[in-house]
Amino acid sequence: MSSNDVAIVGIGMTQFGRQPGVTGRAMAVEAVTAACADAGTTWPDMQFAFGGTYSCGDADTLISMLGLTGAPFINVYNGCGTGGSALISAVNAIKSGERDLGLVLGFDKHPPGAFNEDPENVGLGSWYGENGFMVTTQFFSTKIQRYMHEYGITEDALARVAEKAYRNGSKSPTAWRQKPVPADQILSSPMVNDPLTKLMFCSPGEGAVALVVASAERARTLTSTPVFVNAAELRSRRFGSFEVYSPWLSPDREVSATTDAARIAFEAAGIGPDDVDVAQIQDTESGAEIMHMAETGLCAHGEQEKLLADGETEIDGRIPINTDGGVLANGEPIGASGLRQIHEITVQLRGHGGERQVPGDPRVGFTHVYGAPGLAACTVLSR
Amino acid sequence: MTTTRLIDDSIFTDLEGAHEVPALAGSACEGCGTTTFPRQSSCPRCGGVAMSDTALAREGTIWSATVQHFPPKPPFRFDGDFQPFGMGYVDLGAVIVESRFTEGSMDRLAIGTPVELTLLPAFTDEDGTQVLTFAFAPTHREESA
Ligand SMILES: [Zn+2]
Repeated sequence: MSSNDVAIVGIGMTQFGRQPGVTGRAMAVEAVTAACADAGTTWPDMQFAFGGTYSCGDADTLISMLGLTGAPFINVYNGCGTGGSALISAVNAIKSGERDLGLVLGFDKHPPGAFNEDPENVGLGSWYGENGFMVTTQFFSTKIQRYMHEYGITEDALARVAEKAYRNGSKSPTAWRQKPVPADQILSSPMVNDPLTKLMFCSPGEGAVALVVASAERARTLTSTPVFVNAAELRSRRFGSFEVYSPWLSPDREVSATTDAARIAFEAAGIGPDDVDVAQIQDTESGAEIMHMAETGLCAHGEQEKLLADGETEIDGRIPINTDGGVLANGEPIGASGLRQIHEITVQLRGHGGERQVPGDPRVGFTHVYGAPGLAACTVLSR
Repeated sequence: MTTTRLIDDSIFTDLEGAHEVPALAGSACEGCGTTTFPRQSSCPRCGGVAMSDTALAREGTIWSATVQHFPPKPPFRFDGDFQPFGMGYVDLGAVIVESRFTEGSMDRLAIGTPVELTLLPAFTDEDGTQVLTFAFAPTHREESA
């Protein structure tokens, strides 16, 4: 089942967070150059590139800055799944046997308060916006409110997730949020939508990440520390899942795209959630991390309260989650977030995490991205 | 004299009925029985296109709730100073609908609270017409001690 035939051999990432005067495109070039150098290669060695951005134009036009080598550069535009989709495309290009070395890129630069949506763009009448429902934080809040009711999760657990994110961010030199924030300050920050406060939410951000991927055979010639992509899967929602901007829900609830994508990724990898040594999962807000812990299969529904109270998802815990601070500490550049997670897993599996290194020589990593309009991308990685 | 209008006639039905408050208008799939809100011309569950108009129940229970503490950006419309408002989802049996609540405090919006449909002044048009939106109100008000 498990096919270790595609490996990550180079990684490059910019600083995340606001970088006044630096364009998204310049960040992208910086990440590509770093990833190529990390792999002991250069851009002209790349046989192909898959790249995407949500708000910085056409990724393929970067070739005029990277070098006009003639290699195909394919734009990937898939909302929050942009990075994951780019990686899946690259993995398939190598698995096909036609190519053995290529590049994956994701980058974005969002101004503060980005992500305004017009109800007409998502198929809703103008009444929906006039009524005050075009607000993503309402979705996150009503979803976690219901979840807390069903599974006995408390506000303390929400605060612990954010506290961990900022603490881990303080150990990651590229993170946006570099200062630890105590739980009581998180709980007493302004309420956005009950039960979620301002410090429990991520913000639109900036950053770029590039990966060099190779066939297993080619990887052997390039690095002594390849990280294998055991599975990379993307799934969209099915009927009955609860998503943003929903004027109605079916009383027949269905599992989310996250549950589907995670299950299929673990099956394809022949590796189970219990084998995961370090995980990066979507933490748009505190509640999302809690729900995704269970939806991905990393724990049972309702178990999160105790896991968080016992510190089991801390860097030195049993199942470290979001070791670089996740999107809460790094911000959300849509095109780059999914690849930042894979960058962090690669750092951890190489043992290069420094102050935030997961102890015990982790071997298996897992990543999960979730976003509008109800899609999830998961990867299983190992060394 | 103030004239009033509904925020959007197409999301209501039974406008001339016996009730003071018109019902919310949904569509029921003749194939699989799924009820949508508002009306839809096809069924998101089975893909069927035989959809019939249905008036949604006027009473249900709170499925989830939150309070909107900051003013949403346009196209949200409101009069005067922004007042935080309750919103969330109401379980009507056949369908769970997203709605405003008449209450703006979480103490009044516990999951499971019985609620009923009402109309709420939402904002005023430039010509002075008062615009009404739908909202659910708790049916049993327990006074807090
Ligand atoms: Zn149907």
